[in-house]
Amino acid sequence: MAVAVIKYNAGNIRSVTIALERLGVRGTVTDDPETIRKAEKVIFPGVGEASSAMAYLRSRGLDTLIRSLEQPVLGICLGLQLMCRRSEEGDTDCLGIFDTDVTLFPAEDKVPHMGWNTVTQLRGPLFEGIPEASFMYFVHSYAAARCSQSTAQTDYIRPFASALQKDNFFALQFHPEKSGELGQRILKNFLMLEKGAV
Amino acid sequence: MLTKRIIPCLDIRDGQTVKGVNFVNIRRAGDPVELARAYAATGADELAFLDITATIEKRKTFAELVARIAHAINIPFTVGGGIRSADDVARLLDAGADKITVNSAAVRDPGIIDTLASRFGSQCIVLAVDCKRQAGRSIVFLDGGRTPTSRTTLEWAKEAVSRGAGEILLTSMDHDGTKQGFALDITRDVSEGVNVPVIASGGAGNCAHFAEVFETAKADAALAASIFHFGEISIPDLKTYLHERHIPVRLT
Repeated sequence: MAVAVIKYNAGNIRSVTIALERLGVRGTVTDDPETIRKAEKVIFPGVGEASSAMAYLRSRGLDTLIRSLEQPVLGICLGLQLMCRRSEEGDTDCLGIFDTDVTLFPAEDKVPHMGWNTVTQLRGPLFEGIPEASFMYFVHSYAAARCSQSTAQTDYIRPFASALQKDNFFALQFHPEKSGELGQRILKNFLMLEKGAV
Repeated sequence: MLTKRIIPCLDIRDGQTVKGVNFVNIRRAGDPVELARAYAATGADELAFLDITATIEKRKTFAELVARIAHAINIPFTVGGGIRSADDVARLLDAGADKITVNSAAVRDPGIIDTLASRFGSQCIVLAVDCKRQAGRSIVFLDGGRTPTSRTTLEWAKEAVSRGAGEILLTSMDHDGTKQGFALDITRDVSEGVNVPVIASGGAGNCAHFAEVFETAKADAALAASIFHFGEISIPDLKTYLHERHIPVRLT
């Protein structure tokens, strides 16, 4: 299966390609528009800072490309945040795929939100076989507000959207590649999606 | 609810686990990859690997080991030991580590924390602090507890966080190896003094020690080595114990 992992100026893409390898899939890490457009699945991972990431994507035309993709696309962590309308981080206009905004956690507890937390109100094909209130691994300081496109929510300081979906665009705030067997199942569910079925 | 993390730590020399490890059902207890798999399967929330290899040449062995671990497990893991430069960090993250620890190198040149955090992100930079009580104050020690510094623990932790450390791994040299419980005072001071997660280390001897370090000392995570390696406490038993006391843990 041709899986493109979008390469940009964000860290920790390696753990995603290793997780794909564990599932017997070789991901191609690339910023080549043609390779991304032709891939059966596209993963948009990343850990980093929103404004510099968006600037990088715009400078290569990847922002327009990502929005125009028709195959299943999976944003992870910063990827999810960049797929929203706006991020408070660096006061950044993002891709606007999801109708929600990203804000910094209030400093009422430790920030980043780091560790294992539950995902609830699960819906959609990625959560097939995933029990309600399963634990997933999170590391982030900013989070998206819940909206009609939320497919999972998590509570830390306040409830936030831990997964989103709109048509062929999926996104997870947690790291499925680091969330044990259940996280691996979510990745597998994504890889098994058929084009046009969502 | 965010859960408290339980983190087994493995000491590695020349790519093999150090100390006798007496883990149930493991054929090759010296193989860190086998152990890592076993811990991940029994519900460890994260793993830590500390490289105590003496020579620079052998450090390549460690990076190779990190790559094998990354392929074998699907939970986060932190690696550390002798990290001195951004190149060291890049090599280990590229091999698949999720986080790295800096210790002595950061005390000698605190600017390395800024450099690493801006290049790799705070989320993967863990400041490891070895501390010891002297004349009523908690002091930072270097080189595995051999060299005292003029820094106090809380002040150093605060500075490191302001420079970009995303987590603190606090080891009390007074408690390490004693099995008499974690250092509650300094763990609480640091945990309440900084706005990043704090991992308590040193002194775990029984389940109650974990409960008190989470409840009394407000630690976000607790790390231990020998009690897990020798099967004195199993992770499922520990988590059940904590769960029964209403301490949030990930039950698998």
